Amino acid sequence: MIRFDRVSKRYPNGREALNGASFEIVAGEMVYLTGRSGAGKSTILKLIALLERPTRGIAVVNGRNTGTLPARKIPAFRRELGVVFQDHRLLTERNIFDNVALPLYAAHMPLREIDKRVRAALDQVGLLNRATALPLELSVGEQQRVGIARAVVGKPKLLIADEPTGNLDPELSADIIALFRRFNDVGVTVVIATHDIDIVRNSGLREIIVADGRIHQDSGGRESASPQLLPVMRADIGADPALRDDPGLRIEAKR
Amino acid sequence: MTGWITRHVQALLFAAGRLARAPFSTAFTVLVIAIALTLPAAFGLFIDSMRNATGELASAVDMTVYFKSGTPLEQARQLAGRAREREGIANVEVISADDALKSFREQSGFGAALDALNENPLPHALVIRPKPDATSTAQIDALHRYLIAWPEVELVQVDTQWVQRLEAILDLLRRLILGTAALLGIGVLAIVGNTIRLEIWNRRAEIEVTKLVGGSNAYVRRPFLYTGLLYGLLGAGLAALLVWTALALLANPVGRLAASYGSAFALQTPSLREVGILLAIGAGLGLLGAWTAAARHLSRITPRA
Repeated sequence: MIRFDRVSKRYPNGREALNGASFEIVAGEMVYLTGRSGAGKSTILKLIALLERPTRGIAVVNGRNTGTLPARKIPAFRRELGVVFQDHRLLTERNIFDNVALPLYAAHMPLREIDKRVRAALDQVGLLNRATALPLELSVGEQQRVGIARAVVGKPKLLIADEPTGNLDPELSADIIALFRRFNDVGVTVVIATHDIDIVRNSGLREIIVADGRIHQDSGGRESASPQLLPVMRADIGADPALRDDPGLRIEAKR
Repeated sequence: MTGWITRHVQALLFAAGRLARAPFSTAFTVLVIAIALTLPAAFGLFIDSMRNATGELASAVDMTVYFKSGTPLEQARQLAGRAREREGIANVEVISADDALKSFREQSGFGAALDALNENPLPHALVIRPKPDATSTAQIDALHRYLIAWPEVELVQVDTQWVQRLEAILDLLRRLILGTAALLGIGVLAIVGNTIRLEIWNRRAEIEVTKLVGGSNAYVRRPFLYTGLLYGLLGAGLAALLVWTALALLANPVGRLAASYGSAFALQTPSLREVGILLAIGAGLGLLGAWTAAARHLSRITPRA
Protein backbone atom coordinates (compact mmCIF):
# COMPACT_ATOMS: atom_id res chain seq x y z
CA MET A 1 0.00 0.00 0.00
CA ILE A 2 2.83 2.36 0.94
CA ARG A 3 6.49 1.85 0.07
CA PHE A 4 9.21 4.39 0.86
CA ASP A 5 12.60 3.63 -0.60
CA ARG A 6 15.41 5.85 0.73
CA VAL A 7 13.15 8.87 0.59
CA SER A 8 14.60 12.29 1.41
CA LYS A 9 12.82 15.59 1.62
CA ARG A 10 14.57 18.92 1.69
CA TYR A 11 12.36 21.99 1.96
CA PRO A 12 13.09 25.12 -0.04
CA ASN A 13 14.41 26.77 3.13
CA GLY A 14 17.16 24.14 3.21
CA ARG A 15 15.81 22.10 6.11
CA GLU A 16 16.36 18.38 5.60
CA ALA A 17 13.11 17.02 7.07
CA LEU A 18 13.59 13.48 5.92
CA ASN A 19 16.84 11.75 5.14
CA GLY A 20 16.78 8.36 3.45
CA ALA A 21 13.69 6.85 5.07
CA SER A 22 12.66 3.38 3.96
CA PHE A 23 9.66 1.35 5.12
CA GLU A 24 6.77 -0.55 3.72
CA ILE A 25 3.18 -0.76 4.89
CA VAL A 26 1.06 -3.46 3.35
CA ALA A 27 -2.67 -3.31 2.68
CA GLY A 28 -4.82 -3.89 5.76
CA GLU A 29 -2.14 -2.87 8.27
CA MET A 30 -2.62 -0.37 11.06
CA VAL A 31 0.59 1.47 11.88
CA TYR A 32 1.66 4.16 14.31
CA LEU A 33 4.21 6.72 13.27
CA THR A 34 5.91 8.17 16.33
CA GLY A 35 8.75 10.45 17.23
CA ARG A 36 9.35 13.90 18.61
CA SER A 37 7.97 17.03 17.04
CA GLY A 38 10.02 17.90 14.01
CA ALA A 39 11.40 14.37 13.69
CA GLY A 40 9.80 13.92 10.29
CA LYS A 41 6.41 12.29 11.01
CA SER A 42 4.46 15.10 9.41
CA THR A 43 6.73 15.12 6.40
CA ILE A 44 6.10 11.42 5.90
CA LEU A 45 2.34 12.02 6.02
CA LYS A 46 2.66 14.96 3.62
CA LEU A 47 4.58 12.77 1.21
CA ILE A 48 1.92 10.06 1.49
CA ALA A 49 -0.90 12.55 0.82
CA LEU A 50 1.16 14.13 -1.98
CA LEU A 51 1.16 17.52 -0.32
CA GLU A 52 4.87 17.35 -0.95
CA ARG A 53 6.96 15.38 -3.37
CA PRO A 54 10.16 13.57 -2.38
CA THR A 55 13.46 15.29 -3.17
CA ARG A 56 15.24 11.97 -3.48
CA GLY A 57 14.20 8.35 -3.36
CA ILE A 58 10.95 6.72 -4.37
CA ALA A 59 7.64 6.84 -2.54
CA VAL A 60 4.87 4.63 -3.91
CA VAL A 61 1.39 5.09 -2.46
CA ASN A 62 -1.61 3.13 -3.61
CA GLY A 63 0.35 1.95 -6.63
CA ARG A 64 1.30 5.49 -7.70
CA ASN A 65 4.79 6.93 -7.71
CA THR A 66 4.30 10.21 -5.90
CA GLY A 67 7.47 11.66 -7.38
CA THR A 68 6.25 11.45 -10.95
CA LEU A 69 2.45 11.57 -10.75
CA PRO A 70 1.31 14.47 -12.99
CA ALA A 71 -0.27 17.40 -11.14
CA ARG A 72 -3.59 16.97 -12.94
CA LYS A 73 -3.89 13.43 -11.54
CA ILE A 74 -3.34 14.55 -7.93
CA PRO A 75 -7.06 15.27 -7.21
CA ALA A 76 -8.05 11.73 -8.25
CA PHE A 77 -5.12 10.35 -6.21
CA ARG A 78 -6.26 12.24 -3.10
CA ARG A 79 -9.82 10.99 -3.49
CA GLU A 80 -8.50 7.47 -2.97
CA LEU A 81 -7.17 8.23 0.47
CA GLY A 82 -8.71 9.72 3.58
CA VAL A 83 -6.85 12.33 5.64
CA VAL A 84 -7.61 13.30 9.25
CA PHE A 85 -5.98 16.39 10.77
CA GLN A 86 -5.22 17.32 14.33
CA ASP A 87 -7.20 20.55 13.96
CA HIS A 88 -9.76 18.65 11.84
CA ARG A 89 -10.02 21.59 9.40
CA LEU A 90 -13.79 21.72 9.11
CA LEU A 91 -15.45 24.56 7.21
CA THR A 92 -17.12 26.57 9.95
CA GLU A 93 -19.70 28.17 7.69
CA ARG A 94 -21.08 24.87 6.45
CA ASN A 95 -23.07 22.33 8.36
CA ILE A 96 -21.83 18.87 9.30
CA PHE A 97 -23.52 17.20 6.36
CA ASP A 98 -21.87 19.52 3.82
CA ASN A 99 -18.49 19.18 5.53
CA VAL A 100 -18.61 15.41 5.30
CA ALA A 101 -20.01 15.54 1.75
CA LEU A 102 -17.19 17.81 0.50
CA PRO A 103 -15.02 15.00 -1.00
CA LEU A 104 -18.09 13.55 -2.73
CA TYR A 105 -19.12 16.92 -4.16
CA ALA A 106 -15.56 17.28 -5.43
CA ALA A 107 -15.84 13.80 -6.99
CA HIS A 108 -19.06 14.87 -8.77
CA MET A 109 -21.08 12.08 -7.25
CA PRO A 110 -24.87 12.10 -7.84
CA LEU A 111 -26.71 13.87 -5.03
CA ARG A 112 -28.77 10.83 -4.04
CA GLU A 113 -25.63 8.73 -3.65
CA ILE A 114 -23.97 11.54 -1.66
CA ASP A 115 -26.91 11.64 0.73
CA LYS A 116 -26.72 7.90 1.31
CA ARG A 117 -22.96 7.83 1.84
CA VAL A 118 -22.82 10.87 4.11
CA ARG A 119 -25.52 9.42 6.32
CA ALA A 120 -23.68 6.11 6.48
CA ALA A 121 -20.41 7.85 7.40
CA LEU A 122 -22.07 10.01 10.06
CA ASP A 123 -23.76 6.92 11.44
CA GLN A 124 -20.39 5.17 11.72
CA VAL A 125 -18.98 7.98 13.86
CA GLY A 126 -22.22 8.28 15.83
CA LEU A 127 -23.19 11.78 14.70
CA LEU A 128 -26.12 11.08 12.38
CA ASN A 129 -28.41 13.26 14.51
CA ARG A 130 -26.09 16.29 14.18
CA ALA A 131 -26.08 16.48 10.40
CA THR A 132 -27.54 19.99 10.26
CA ALA A 133 -25.42 21.44 13.09
CA LEU A 134 -22.53 23.79 12.43
CA PRO A 135 -19.03 22.56 13.42
CA LEU A 136 -18.66 25.13 16.22
CA GLU A 137 -21.82 23.83 17.88
CA LEU A 138 -20.07 20.50 18.45
CA SER A 139 -17.60 19.45 21.14
CA VAL A 140 -13.94 19.01 20.21
CA GLY A 141 -14.27 15.22 20.22
CA GLU A 142 -17.33 15.40 18.00
CA GLN A 143 -15.55 17.75 15.61
CA GLN A 144 -12.75 15.23 15.29
CA ARG A 145 -15.29 12.52 14.53
CA VAL A 146 -16.75 14.72 11.78
CA GLY A 147 -13.22 15.02 10.40
CA ILE A 148 -12.96 11.21 10.40
CA ALA A 149 -16.36 10.86 8.73
CA ARG A 150 -15.17 13.24 6.01
CA ALA A 151 -12.00 11.16 5.57
CA VAL A 152 -13.86 7.84 5.21
CA VAL A 153 -16.94 8.98 3.27
CA GLY A 154 -15.21 8.29 -0.04
CA LYS A 155 -14.52 4.70 1.12
CA PRO A 156 -10.74 5.03 0.78
CA LYS A 157 -8.46 2.02 1.06
CA LEU A 158 -5.93 4.13 2.96
CA LEU A 159 -6.59 6.38 5.92
CA ILE A 160 -3.88 8.66 7.31
CA ALA A 161 -4.20 10.76 10.44
CA ASP A 162 -1.91 13.46 11.82
CA GLU A 163 -2.14 13.66 15.62
CA PRO A 164 -5.87 12.86 15.61
CA THR A 165 -5.95 12.76 19.40
CA GLY A 166 -3.71 15.78 19.96
CA ASN A 167 -6.40 17.96 21.45
CA LEU A 168 -8.37 15.27 23.27
CA ASP A 169 -8.38 13.91 26.80
CA PRO A 170 -7.45 10.20 27.24
CA GLU A 171 -11.02 8.95 27.24
CA LEU A 172 -11.95 10.75 24.01
CA SER A 173 -8.63 9.70 22.51
CA ALA A 174 -9.47 6.06 23.19
CA ASP A 175 -12.82 6.55 21.46
CA ILE A 176 -11.16 7.99 18.39
CA ILE A 177 -8.57 5.21 18.25
CA ALA A 178 -11.32 2.61 18.63
CA LEU A 179 -12.99 4.22 15.64
CA PHE A 180 -9.83 3.90 13.55
CA ARG A 181 -9.51 0.26 14.58
CA ARG A 182 -13.05 -0.41 13.42
CA PHE A 183 -12.19 0.92 9.98
CA ASN A 184 -9.01 -1.16 10.02
CA ASP A 185 -11.09 -4.22 10.90
CA VAL A 186 -12.98 -3.89 7.63
CA GLY A 187 -9.76 -3.77 5.62
CA VAL A 188 -8.78 -0.09 5.54
CA THR A 189 -5.05 0.51 5.87
CA VAL A 190 -4.53 3.05 8.67
CA VAL A 191 -1.45 5.18 9.37
CA ILE A 192 -1.58 7.38 12.47
CA ALA A 193 1.12 9.86 13.39
CA THR A 194 1.09 10.55 17.12
CA HIS A 195 3.29 11.39 20.05
CA ASP A 196 0.76 9.91 22.44
CA ILE A 197 3.00 7.07 23.65
CA ASP A 198 0.34 5.64 25.97
CA ILE A 199 -1.95 4.83 23.09
CA VAL A 200 0.79 3.19 21.09
CA ARG A 201 2.33 1.18 23.89
CA ASN A 202 -0.85 -0.65 24.79
CA SER A 203 -2.05 -1.25 21.28
CA GLY A 204 0.19 -4.13 20.25
CA LEU A 205 0.29 -2.57 16.79
CA ARG A 206 3.30 -1.91 14.60
CA GLU A 207 5.16 1.26 15.42
CA ILE A 208 7.55 3.15 13.17
CA ILE A 209 9.72 5.53 15.16
CA VAL A 210 11.06 8.53 13.30
CA ALA A 211 14.00 10.50 14.63
CA ASP A 212 16.08 13.11 12.90
CA GLY A 213 14.51 12.49 9.55
CA ARG A 214 15.30 8.79 9.61
CA ILE A 215 13.40 5.64 10.46
CA HIS A 216 14.80 5.04 13.88
CA GLN A 217 13.04 1.85 14.65
CA ASP A 218 10.34 -0.26 13.07
CA SER A 219 8.62 -2.76 15.33
CA GLY A 220 7.07 -4.62 12.44
CA GLY A 221 7.37 -4.82 8.71
CA ARG A 222 8.62 -7.68 6.68
CA GLU A 223 12.35 -7.25 6.92
CA SER A 224 12.45 -5.58 10.27
CA ALA A 225 15.80 -6.48 11.71
CA SER A 226 15.67 -4.01 14.53
CA PRO A 227 15.85 -5.37 18.05
CA GLN A 228 12.96 -4.26 20.22
CA LEU A 229 14.14 -1.40 22.37
CA LEU A 230 12.71 -0.82 25.74
CA PRO A 231 10.05 1.86 25.67
CA VAL A 232 12.02 3.93 28.13
CA MET A 233 15.06 3.97 25.91
CA ARG A 234 12.98 4.66 22.88
CA ALA A 235 11.52 7.77 24.41
CA ASP A 236 14.93 9.14 25.27
CA ILE A 237 16.85 8.33 22.17
CA GLY A 238 15.80 11.41 20.28
CA ALA A 239 16.87 13.67 23.10
CA ASP A 240 20.25 12.27 24.00
CA PRO A 241 22.92 13.09 21.38
CA ALA A 242 25.17 10.32 22.59
CA LEU A 243 22.47 7.74 22.01
CA ARG A 244 21.25 9.32 18.84
CA ASP A 245 24.66 9.19 17.22
CA ASP A 246 25.41 5.68 18.41
CA PRO A 247 25.74 3.63 15.21
CA GLY A 248 24.56 0.57 17.04
CA LEU A 249 21.27 2.19 17.82
CA ARG A 250 20.78 3.79 14.45
CA ILE A 251 18.59 1.46 12.50
CA GLU A 252 18.15 2.92 9.13
CA ALA A 253 17.30 1.56 5.75
CA LYS A 254 15.95 -1.91 5.42
CA ARG A 255 17.90 -2.57 2.29
CA MET B 1 -24.14 14.81 -19.65
CA THR B 2 -26.68 15.14 -16.85
CA GLY B 3 -23.76 14.95 -14.42
CA TRP B 4 -22.10 17.80 -16.26
CA ILE B 5 -25.28 19.89 -16.08
CA THR B 6 -25.78 19.11 -12.40
CA ARG B 7 -22.20 20.12 -11.71
CA HIS B 8 -22.67 23.48 -13.39
CA VAL B 9 -26.09 24.13 -11.90
CA GLN B 10 -24.63 23.41 -8.45
CA ALA B 11 -21.74 25.81 -9.03
CA LEU B 12 -24.14 28.47 -10.34
CA LEU B 13 -26.49 28.10 -7.37
CA PHE B 14 -23.57 28.16 -4.98
CA ALA B 15 -22.22 31.35 -6.56
CA ALA B 16 -25.67 32.96 -6.57
CA GLY B 17 -26.15 31.98 -2.92
CA ARG B 18 -22.89 33.63 -1.93
CA LEU B 19 -23.78 36.83 -3.77
CA ALA B 20 -27.21 36.88 -2.14
CA ARG B 21 -25.71 36.43 1.32
CA ALA B 22 -23.62 39.60 0.95
CA PRO B 23 -26.25 41.89 -0.62
CA PHE B 24 -24.47 45.19 0.05
CA SER B 25 -21.07 44.38 -1.38
CA THR B 26 -22.76 42.58 -4.29
CA ALA B 27 -25.00 45.59 -5.01
CA PHE B 28 -22.03 47.93 -4.87
CA THR B 29 -19.95 45.89 -7.31
CA VAL B 30 -22.93 45.48 -9.64
CA LEU B 31 -23.61 49.21 -9.53
CA VAL B 32 -20.04 50.10 -10.45
CA ILE B 33 -20.12 47.66 -13.37
CA ALA B 34 -23.52 49.01 -14.45
CA ILE B 35 -22.29 52.61 -14.50
CA ALA B 36 -19.22 51.63 -16.50
CA LEU B 37 -21.47 49.91 -19.06
CA THR B 38 -24.26 52.52 -19.06
CA LEU B 39 -22.19 55.46 -20.30
CA PRO B 40 -20.97 53.97 -23.59
CA ALA B 41 -24.26 52.13 -24.18
CA ALA B 42 -26.38 55.28 -23.76
CA PHE B 43 -24.14 57.46 -25.94
CA GLY B 44 -23.86 54.71 -28.52
CA LEU B 45 -27.64 54.51 -28.79
CA PHE B 46 -27.89 58.29 -28.99
CA ILE B 47 -25.43 58.38 -31.88
CA ASP B 48 -27.32 55.55 -33.56
CA SER B 49 -30.52 57.53 -33.30
CA MET B 50 -28.81 60.51 -34.91
CA ARG B 51 -27.46 58.39 -37.72
CA ASN B 52 -30.88 56.92 -38.40
CA ALA B 53 -32.37 60.39 -38.55
CA THR B 54 -29.72 61.68 -40.94
CA GLY B 55 -29.30 58.46 -42.88
CA GLU B 56 -32.24 58.98 -45.22
CA LEU B 57 -31.13 62.50 -46.02
CA ALA B 58 -27.59 61.42 -46.68
CA SER B 59 -28.58 58.81 -49.23
CA ALA B 60 -30.59 61.41 -51.16
CA VAL B 61 -27.88 63.70 -52.49
CA ASP B 62 -30.28 65.93 -54.37
CA MET B 63 -29.10 68.93 -56.35
CA THR B 64 -31.24 71.88 -57.15
CA VAL B 65 -30.45 73.84 -60.34
CA TYR B 66 -31.87 77.39 -60.45
CA PHE B 67 -32.06 79.03 -63.87
CA LYS B 68 -31.49 82.71 -64.46
CA SER B 69 -34.76 84.55 -64.34
CA GLY B 70 -36.16 85.03 -67.80
CA THR B 71 -35.04 81.62 -69.01
CA PRO B 72 -38.06 80.20 -70.81
CA LEU B 73 -39.68 77.04 -69.46
CA GLU B 74 -39.18 75.33 -72.82
CA GLN B 75 -35.42 75.75 -72.54
CA ALA B 76 -35.47 74.46 -68.99
CA ARG B 77 -37.25 71.32 -70.25
CA GLN B 78 -34.62 70.84 -72.96
CA LEU B 79 -31.82 71.16 -70.48
CA ALA B 80 -33.60 68.66 -68.22
CA GLY B 81 -33.58 66.26 -71.17
CA ARG B 82 -29.84 66.77 -71.58
CA ALA B 83 -29.24 66.17 -67.89
CA ARG B 84 -31.24 62.95 -68.05
CA GLU B 85 -28.91 61.60 -70.74
CA ARG B 86 -25.90 62.08 -68.51
CA GLU B 87 -24.51 58.99 -66.82
CA GLY B 88 -25.31 58.37 -63.16
CA ILE B 89 -28.54 60.36 -63.06
CA ALA B 90 -31.53 58.67 -61.50
CA ASN B 91 -34.18 61.29 -61.96
CA VAL B 92 -34.64 64.87 -63.12
CA GLU B 93 -37.70 66.80 -62.13
CA VAL B 94 -38.66 70.11 -63.70
CA ILE B 95 -40.22 72.60 -61.29
CA SER B 96 -41.70 75.51 -63.13
CA ALA B 97 -41.76 78.93 -61.57
CA ASP B 98 -45.54 78.70 -61.23
CA ASP B 99 -45.41 75.37 -59.41
CA ALA B 100 -42.69 76.69 -57.15
CA LEU B 101 -44.73 79.76 -56.30
CA LYS B 102 -47.78 77.65 -55.59
CA SER B 103 -46.05 75.35 -53.17
CA PHE B 104 -44.18 78.25 -51.56
CA ARG B 105 -47.48 80.01 -51.04
CA GLU B 106 -48.95 76.92 -49.40
CA GLN B 107 -46.03 76.15 -47.14
CA SER B 108 -44.63 79.49 -46.12
CA GLY B 109 -47.73 81.37 -45.03
CA PHE B 110 -46.58 84.44 -46.97
CA GLY B 111 -49.58 84.19 -49.28
CA ALA B 112 -50.72 87.78 -48.79
CA ALA B 113 -47.23 89.16 -49.28
CA LEU B 114 -46.81 87.18 -52.49
CA ASP B 115 -50.10 88.51 -53.78
CA ALA B 116 -48.65 91.99 -53.45
CA LEU B 117 -45.98 91.14 -56.03
CA ASN B 118 -47.08 91.72 -59.59
CA GLU B 119 -44.85 89.06 -61.03
CA ASN B 120 -43.46 85.71 -59.97
CA PRO B 121 -39.97 86.32 -58.53
CA LEU B 122 -39.08 82.61 -58.60
CA PRO B 123 -37.07 81.02 -61.40
CA HIS B 124 -37.63 77.66 -63.02
CA ALA B 125 -35.63 74.94 -61.42
CA LEU B 126 -34.52 71.33 -61.80
CA VAL B 127 -34.20 68.84 -58.98
CA ILE B 128 -31.58 66.31 -60.01
CA ARG B 129 -31.12 63.09 -58.10
CA PRO B 130 -27.99 61.07 -58.88
CA LYS B 131 -28.10 57.29 -58.85
CA PRO B 132 -27.20 55.86 -55.41
CA ASP B 133 -23.88 54.51 -56.74
CA ALA B 134 -22.89 57.91 -58.09
CA THR B 135 -22.90 59.96 -54.90
CA SER B 136 -19.20 60.09 -54.07
CA THR B 137 -17.75 63.54 -53.44
CA ALA B 138 -15.80 63.46 -56.75
CA GLN B 139 -18.85 62.47 -58.77
CA ILE B 140 -21.04 65.11 -57.10
CA ASP B 141 -18.34 67.70 -57.74
CA ALA B 142 -18.12 66.72 -61.42
CA LEU B 143 -21.90 66.94 -61.79
CA HIS B 144 -21.87 70.29 -60.03
CA ARG B 145 -19.20 71.65 -62.42
CA TYR B 146 -21.08 70.29 -65.44
CA LEU B 147 -24.34 71.96 -64.43
CA ILE B 148 -22.87 75.32 -63.40
CA ALA B 149 -21.21 75.56 -66.81
CA TRP B 150 -24.56 75.96 -68.55
CA PRO B 151 -25.01 79.66 -69.37
CA GLU B 152 -28.69 79.61 -68.34
CA VAL B 153 -27.88 78.42 -64.85
CA GLU B 154 -27.75 80.89 -62.01
CA LEU B 155 -27.04 78.62 -59.06
CA VAL B 156 -26.52 74.94 -58.30
CA GLN B 157 -27.18 74.02 -54.72
CA VAL B 158 -26.00 70.76 -53.16
CA ASP B 159 -28.38 70.49 -50.24
CA THR B 160 -26.68 67.64 -48.53
CA GLN B 161 -23.32 69.04 -47.57
CA TRP B 162 -24.36 69.68 -44.03
CA VAL B 163 -25.57 66.09 -43.78
CA GLN B 164 -22.15 64.87 -44.81
CA ARG B 165 -20.50 67.10 -42.26
CA LEU B 166 -22.84 65.83 -39.58
CA GLU B 167 -22.07 62.30 -40.67
CA ALA B 168 -18.38 62.95 -40.25
CA ILE B 169 -18.93 64.44 -36.81
CA LEU B 170 -21.09 61.49 -35.78
CA ASP B 171 -18.44 59.11 -37.04
CA LEU B 172 -15.83 60.88 -34.96
CA LEU B 173 -18.09 60.75 -31.90
CA ARG B 174 -18.74 57.07 -32.47
CA ARG B 175 -15.02 56.37 -32.51
CA LEU B 176 -14.56 58.36 -29.33
CA ILE B 177 -17.30 56.34 -27.70
CA LEU B 178 -15.76 53.09 -28.89
CA GLY B 179 -12.48 54.15 -27.33
CA THR B 180 -14.19 55.12 -24.09
CA ALA B 181 -16.13 51.86 -24.12
CA ALA B 182 -12.91 49.89 -24.49
CA LEU B 183 -11.37 51.71 -21.53
CA LEU B 184 -14.46 51.21 -19.39
CA GLY B 185 -14.54 47.55 -20.44
CA ILE B 186 -11.02 47.15 -19.11
CA GLY B 187 -12.29 48.87 -15.97
CA VAL B 188 -15.04 46.26 -15.62
CA LEU B 189 -12.44 43.51 -16.05
CA ALA B 190 -10.37 45.06 -13.27
CA ILE B 191 -13.37 45.46 -10.96
CA VAL B 192 -14.52 41.87 -11.39
CA GLY B 193 -10.96 40.56 -11.23
CA ASN B 194 -10.25 42.38 -8.02
CA THR B 195 -13.55 41.35 -6.41
CA ILE B 196 -12.89 37.71 -7.29
CA ARG B 197 -9.33 37.99 -6.03
CA LEU B 198 -10.56 39.18 -2.61
CA GLU B 199 -13.18 36.45 -2.58
CA ILE B 200 -10.52 33.83 -3.30
CA TRP B 201 -8.32 35.01 -0.43
CA ASN B 202 -11.29 35.22 1.92
CA ARG B 203 -12.13 31.62 1.17
CA ARG B 204 -8.58 30.39 1.27
CA ALA B 205 -9.23 27.82 4.00
CA GLU B 206 -12.14 26.35 2.13
CA ILE B 207 -10.16 26.15 -1.10
CA GLU B 208 -7.30 24.41 0.70
CA VAL B 209 -9.53 21.82 2.30
CA THR B 210 -11.35 21.23 -0.98
CA LYS B 211 -8.08 20.61 -2.78
CA LEU B 212 -6.98 18.41 0.11
CA VAL B 213 -9.97 16.09 -0.25
CA GLY B 214 -9.46 15.75 -4.00
CA GLY B 215 -11.20 18.74 -5.54
CA SER B 216 -9.72 19.40 -8.97
CA ASN B 217 -8.68 22.89 -10.05
CA ALA B 218 -11.70 23.05 -12.36
CA TYR B 219 -14.01 22.17 -9.46
CA VAL B 220 -12.49 24.82 -7.22
CA ARG B 221 -12.50 27.43 -9.97
CA ARG B 222 -16.04 26.89 -11.23
CA PRO B 223 -18.00 28.81 -8.54
CA PHE B 224 -15.66 31.80 -8.97
CA LEU B 225 -16.23 31.84 -12.71
CA TYR B 226 -19.97 31.79 -12.14
CA THR B 227 -19.62 34.60 -9.62
CA GLY B 228 -17.85 36.69 -12.28
CA LEU B 229 -20.47 35.77 -14.86
CA LEU B 230 -23.28 36.78 -12.50
CA TYR B 231 -21.58 40.08 -11.65
CA GLY B 232 -21.28 40.84 -15.37
CA LEU B 233 -24.85 39.82 -16.15
CA LEU B 234 -26.35 41.73 -13.23
CA GLY B 235 -24.26 44.80 -14.05
CA ALA B 236 -25.30 44.67 -17.71
CA GLY B 237 -28.94 44.12 -16.75
CA LEU B 238 -28.88 47.15 -14.48
CA ALA B 239 -27.09 49.12 -17.20
CA ALA B 240 -29.82 48.21 -19.71
CA LEU B 241 -32.43 49.36 -17.23
CA LEU B 242 -30.59 52.65 -16.63
CA VAL B 243 -30.16 53.29 -20.37
CA TRP B 244 -33.77 52.49 -21.08
CA THR B 245 -34.98 54.75 -18.28
CA ALA B 246 -32.72 57.61 -19.28
CA LEU B 247 -33.69 57.44 -22.96
CA ALA B 248 -37.38 57.01 -22.16
CA LEU B 249 -37.24 60.08 -19.92
CA LEU B 250 -35.41 62.10 -22.60
CA ALA B 251 -37.48 60.87 -25.54
CA ASN B 252 -40.37 63.27 -25.00
CA PRO B 253 -38.42 66.55 -24.63
CA VAL B 254 -36.01 65.54 -27.42
CA GLY B 255 -38.96 64.71 -29.68
CA ARG B 256 -40.53 68.13 -29.03
CA LEU B 257 -37.22 69.87 -29.68
CA ALA B 258 -36.78 67.95 -32.94
CA ALA B 259 -40.37 68.66 -33.98
CA SER B 260 -39.81 72.38 -33.49
CA TYR B 261 -37.06 72.09 -36.13
CA GLY B 262 -39.39 70.12 -38.36
CA SER B 263 -37.43 66.92 -37.85
CA ALA B 264 -38.83 63.48 -37.25
CA PHE B 265 -35.78 62.64 -35.11
CA ALA B 266 -36.69 60.39 -32.20
CA LEU B 267 -34.54 58.88 -29.48
CA GLN B 268 -34.62 55.13 -29.70
CA THR B 269 -34.88 53.04 -26.57
CA PRO B 270 -32.69 49.93 -26.79
CA SER B 271 -34.18 47.06 -28.76
CA LEU B 272 -34.28 43.51 -27.45
CA ARG B 273 -31.29 42.69 -29.64
CA GLU B 274 -29.28 45.59 -28.24
CA VAL B 275 -30.13 44.58 -24.68
CA GLY B 276 -28.99 41.06 -25.60
CA ILE B 277 -25.68 42.38 -26.89
CA LEU B 278 -25.18 44.44 -23.73
CA LEU B 279 -25.88 41.39 -21.54
CA ALA B 280 -23.50 39.27 -23.60
CA ILE B 281 -20.75 41.88 -23.29
CA GLY B 282 -21.32 42.16 -19.53
CA ALA B 283 -21.31 38.38 -19.07
CA GLY B 284 -18.19 38.05 -21.22
CA LEU B 285 -16.30 40.73 -19.31
CA GLY B 286 -17.36 39.24 -15.96
CA LEU B 287 -16.27 35.76 -16.97
CA LEU B 288 -12.96 36.97 -18.38
CA GLY B 289 -12.22 39.05 -15.27
CA ALA B 290 -12.99 36.09 -13.01
CA TRP B 291 -10.93 33.76 -15.17
CA THR B 292 -7.82 35.91 -15.02
CA ALA B 293 -8.13 36.33 -11.24
CA ALA B 294 -8.77 32.61 -10.71
CA ALA B 295 -5.90 31.56 -12.95
CA ARG B 296 -3.55 33.89 -11.11
CA HIS B 297 -4.53 33.26 -7.54
CA LEU B 298 -6.05 29.78 -7.23
CA SER B 299 -2.87 28.04 -8.28
CA ARG B 300 -1.02 29.87 -5.51
CA ILE B 301 -3.17 28.24 -2.88
CA THR B 302 -1.75 24.83 -2.18
CA PRO B 303 -3.02 22.73 0.69
CA ARG B 304 -0.92 22.47 3.83
CA ALA B 305 -1.21 19.72 6.35
